[in-house]
Amino acid sequence: MTAPERTLKCKVCKAPAVMHLRQHNAAFCADHFVTFCRNQVERTIHKFRMFPKDARVLVAVSGGKDSLALWDIMHELGYDVDGLVIGLGIGEYSSTSTQHARDFAESRGLNLIEYDLASQHGFTVPDAAKSTNRVPCSACGMSKRHIFDSVAVEGAYDVVVTGHNLDDEAAVLFGNVARWQTEYLARQHPVLPERDGFPRKCKPLIRLGEREMAAYCVLQNIEYIVEECPMAAGNKHLEYKDLLNQMEVDSPGAKHAFYFGFLDRASELFATNFESAEHTNSHGSQETLSPCVQCGRPSSNDVCAFCKLAERAAPTSEPVAVEITAHRDMIDR
Amino acid sequence: MRVRLRNPDRELDIDGPATVTSLVERLELNRESVLVIVNGTLLAGNRDLTNEDDIEIRSVISGG
Repeated sequence: MTAPERTLKCKVCKAPAVMHLRQHNAAFCADHFVTFCRNQVERTIHKFRMFPKDARVLVAVSGGKDSLALWDIMHELGYDVDGLVIGLGIGEYSSTSTQHARDFAESRGLNLIEYDLASQHGFTVPDAAKSTNRVPCSACGMSKRHIFDSVAVEGAYDVVVTGHNLDDEAAVLFGNVARWQTEYLARQHPVLPERDGFPRKCKPLIRLGEREMAAYCVLQNIEYIVEECPMAAGNKHLEYKDLLNQMEVDSPGAKHAFYFGFLDRASELFATNFESAEHTNSHGSQETLSPCVQCGRPSSNDVCAFCKLAERAAPTSEPVAVEITAHRDMIDR
Repeated sequence: MRVRLRNPDRELDIDGPATVTSLVERLELNRESVLVIVNGTLLAGNRDLTNEDDIEIRSVISGG
């Protein structure tokens, strides 16, 4: 007969616990779990020298648990942080996600910039996937990066932060190691410095997992889109996350050890690849960046990859330079 | 007890008694991939569940 489990108590105050973090061999009540999450983010920002307390921060918001939790944590820690949500045109999934972002911003009196892909560029992510015959996540990621970069530079933000968490980073690392994609391994760092017209980008959630972020949202009454993106089916990262979570059950802390071991002991070994990848095109020749003839963003070709995508996905539309359609007064400050 | 699973959404009837952890194990779910929400909040894994509880098991894995 199995012995009854002892009652889990909060590590800090000894009240009944609501979250057991096996990787930390600790349990927390609701209040101290929320504090724990905020402390982990603050610690990450300082350890990796991400940005100072007075930085103007733009958080890339999807309406999911990670980005909304990140926005809440940054705001509660006292940072000056605005949100940017992109209408990707993925049917009800996109409209519901955007509404969660609006509701969150309104509930906390925060500034949310909305950018609609279809009205600005004449195509949606499903259009792009169909026209390029590639996985939707590829076109989606490229579009989001282009828009985040553009809005951050136009709005003179000091840094863009994204809600990539420990599970995301461990899964990406797993995929990159499995294929020994050294140029991607070189770029896999929680801080990407500002360069050549691209904003500084940071990932303050890397010490927290997906389960912790979902728990944070539940405990903070943050409504987020629970459903998976309908276009992400078959996404390799989902498979990698499942594999890593199987390891985590038997060996708590495995994901942390994998990712932070890489950062501590291996990432520097790929740094030279980063330097060369930054200035080398797919043919191995040195290249320089110049303004895209259509949108003006830095590009290694006359027309940047995003504008090429827009041409294919919406051939009848005129490419346009970035125009922020909401909360313009905030950008001008 | 009635259990609502999210993403994809479905409902199941499960014979009690159970704890949060044993419920997840009986459904053969990975404890690292789900969150059990009981009456709108969270309970640690060793807490007992009753037939009257409103139980939601939510996947926390996202692919974006």
